Amino acid sequence: MEEKIKQKEQLLLQGNVACARGALAAGLDFFAGYPITPSTEIAEYLARHLPKYGGKFIQMEDEIASMAAVIGASIAGAKAMTATSGPGFSLMQENIGYAYMAEVPSVVVNVQRGGPSTGLPTKVSQSDTMQARWGTHGDYNSITLAPSSVRECFDLTVRAMNLAEKYRTPVVVLMDEVLGHMREKVTLPQPDEIKVINRWKPTVPPEWYQHFEINPHYVSPMAIFGEGYRFNVTGLTHDPLGFPTARSKEIKDKLDKLRNKIEHNVNDIVQVKEEFMEDATCAIFAYGSAARSARQAIRMARQKRIKVGLIQPFTVWPFPEVYMEHMSERLDMILVVELNQGQLVNEVMRTNCGKTRIRKLNRYDGEIITPDEIFHKLREVR
Amino acid sequence: MEHHKKHIELEDIYEIRLSGSGGQGLVFAGTVLAEAIGIYDGKNVAQTQSYGPEARGGASRSDLVVSKGEIYYPKATKLDLLLALTQEACDQYSLALKEDGILIVDSTLVDQLPLREVLGFPFTQVAKDELKTPIVANIVALGTICALTKIVSKDSLIQVVRKRAPKGTEELNQKALQLGFELARKRKKKDR
Repeated sequence: MEEKIKQKEQLLLQGNVACARGALAAGLDFFAGYPITPSTEIAEYLARHLPKYGGKFIQMEDEIASMAAVIGASIAGAKAMTATSGPGFSLMQENIGYAYMAEVPSVVVNVQRGGPSTGLPTKVSQSDTMQARWGTHGDYNSITLAPSSVRECFDLTVRAMNLAEKYRTPVVVLMDEVLGHMREKVTLPQPDEIKVINRWKPTVPPEWYQHFEINPHYVSPMAIFGEGYRFNVTGLTHDPLGFPTARSKEIKDKLDKLRNKIEHNVNDIVQVKEEFMEDATCAIFAYGSAARSARQAIRMARQKRIKVGLIQPFTVWPFPEVYMEHMSERLDMILVVELNQGQLVNEVMRTNCGKTRIRKLNRYDGEIITPDEIFHKLREVR
Repeated sequence: MEHHKKHIELEDIYEIRLSGSGGQGLVFAGTVLAEAIGIYDGKNVAQTQSYGPEARGGASRSDLVVSKGEIYYPKATKLDLLLALTQEACDQYSLALKEDGILIVDSTLVDQLPLREVLGFPFTQVAKDELKTPIVANIVALGTICALTKIVSKDSLIQVVRKRAPKGTEELNQKALQLGFELARKRKKKDR
């Protein structure tokens, strides 16, 4: 029995554990965190297993310190991650901003629960969607991925680690309570099926090295601290060497670089999953666990011959603008379903520019929206 | 309507809710049942949990959705099987049962029953009497569910309980499972 199971590799895994395993598969070296429901199982799993892979696990005194430790570890060459939920995500924002400014590869998993403040520790929510985009102050561009199944928790954590390294930036994995705690049967990919991206290292002699070099890729090679390449790291706006600057051109160059490394690579970063869209005249736009209810609602509607499809953005940020502009032209109606009072719907409306009808359906009482609710709304607004 | 069914497998869904209060091990029982059904019996399964912020006390439940096809919405809505280990859980969820759904309650803790067919078993009392601890009442109940409903095979459940039981409690949990089987067997005899 045991043998047979191993071959098939079928496992009953929780979303949180799949996320932790995804991080390990992508080469995680370092985790610092502070336990918080509903993300705790990620830390628990990594506390047990990360050391076996030669990595380091630290439970810090709070989330502020956790993010600081992640930044330090990453600058020292480690692939680093933390996991938290809303209240911890808020505490981390100052240092997440530092990571954007200092261009430090790092992954922050937010298993969302109800807010604001301590809110609903054990209840589902998607109300941190905008915080993932604009959580810290200043101009910057965020990469945020939202899975909707246990397998996607694995895959998108791998992807988050890869994107963080590739673009030298924090990447947010936006999960939620239902997903984090849900157990499903999954088959995970073999190590040789997983593409792992490592950060771009400098090839120039140390005296030529610029830690924040401006180049056509908008991403600078990153030396490991202590390997002989000298550089300065600061949260102050800095020149290519990392020293604080007040020169207008250097300030603008830096901020353009932060934006352009994401905006010029949207085709590489943005992923949207479609279902039943070939002949669809209207669509449900949903992400995270709400997309699960949408999937079932769409099947109920198809039984009634309603030509509806699913648009599920794996990348919530950057928002799939070009794709949605195209869909606005093609579709009669888009129903945006979220477990919040309406956040990403504003982006859908922005890219829509009045081209088609946008309707929204929101639930924010701590429960996941049901397929019936979506189906009835769909019948009403289509 | 017939041809639509081919298109989509929304039928054939079996929904289970294990409910009670925090500390009764309902999430653990749900995980064990999900693994037995999903990995060992080979059906599709999604298991979720719902509980309050307290470590003990407060309402707690674990939902399982079992299907031959894909499972999208992971919570149970129209219950085929409800296990209620507290009066509160019985009151709150028995209305969510389908007409032909099965209601199993812990008769040690639930005495006000809804107006429908109810299968009562003294899970907690039996665990206390036979094994000197009420904490394995969840596993006793799993044994009874298994023997009564056939939603999970005995072999699978025995294996998963062995594998998932915390170190040092393997034997205790196996005994609890056997007690559960026994309770169902006695009931069947009585029915005859």
